Amino acid sequence: MQRIECLRAVYPQLEKRVVVTIMGAVAVELQSLGHRPNFFYLQHAMGLASSIGLGLAVSLPRQKIVVLDGDGSLLMNLGTLSTMARSGAGNIVHVVFDNQSYLSAGGSPTATSSGANLEGVARASGIARTASARTVEEFQSAFATALESGKLSVLVAHVDTSGPSDWLTDLGLLENRFEFARYCQSLDKR
Amino acid sequence: MPVSESNSRLLYQTLKAGGIRVVSAVPESWLVPVIRMIGEDPEIKLVQVAKEEECVGICAGAHFAGLRSAMVVPNHGFLAAVNPIVSLAHLYKVPLLMFIAHRGTFGDTYPWHTPGGTVTEPVLRALRVPYTVLDSPESLERRVRDAQKLADSSLLPVALLLKHELMMEA
Repeated sequence: MQRIECLRAVYPQLEKRVVVTIMGAVAVELQSLGHRPNFFYLQHAMGLASSIGLGLAVSLPRQKIVVLDGDGSLLMNLGTLSTMARSGAGNIVHVVFDNQSYLSAGGSPTATSSGANLEGVARASGIARTASARTVEEFQSAFATALESGKLSVLVAHVDTSGPSDWLTDLGLLENRFEFARYCQSLDKR
Repeated sequence: MPVSESNSRLLYQTLKAGGIRVVSAVPESWLVPVIRMIGEDPEIKLVQVAKEEECVGICAGAHFAGLRSAMVVPNHGFLAAVNPIVSLAHLYKVPLLMFIAHRGTFGDTYPWHTPGGTVTEPVLRALRVPYTVLDSPESLERRVRDAQKLADSSLLPVALLLKHELMMEA
């Protein structure tokens, strides 16, 4: 399963969501499908996409926050899972694209290549709903269920170790940041 | 030597009066009372994290959403959060308000805090993070308000060092 196929399958459902992605392949591939003002691509601070998502979730309790994370990034901030669970926020769908590789940082294998099970870690951290997907159909269905559930959800998508040929896009980091903040600030905070 | 309840309360009240609605925190003995007071206030969302790096992300998210936020951490936790201060708050211009318990300086009786106490200010200076100290109840409100003004106008992370004289009873 390719990551971009998963992104394409759920892209229509991201239209009205507050979306935070990690750097690298996820950011490039989502932008290639069409950038929107409600998409923020965290181009550094590895591991913190879900923490930004949590800050957004507690500030915008009526919105659904979608975090598009990766195995290497999540392994760098595993505490985020118990923090999200403890926070009581039910409005986060945390997708983890697990390609068993630090793909955008040279392609070395991560600990999921030797058996670390991120869905298991999420479940044991107290995340209300967890799921794994190995086909695009499974992913699409699990994502839709997670969005509708109103519960904190982690969805691990097992994807191939492949991605785009370059990590740079023509979207400026600060342009993205200010546009995204303006979008978020136009939403209902109550 | 107990932690000052009255100065902890003043700190909490100043955060609240400054419009702060999201606080991310890691407890430390000096910070237990103020974190408890924040947690008891239904108008402030307290997010208790596992590690201080998360605080920077949470405050950034709150800022993007238009809410005022702060992180409340010990200085060793600030040291743990140096990377996101640079690679998130500086890179993306986030006005991060950091309240840092300055353990390991004059008056501290625990030797394990001393190395962190000694390097906290040099690291803040190396990071070009503007900071001031909170060492008395008289100047606290003004300094916090001024720190918020600078953070908001410059979109920079700023720090307030909570000193022994403020946090501990004499």
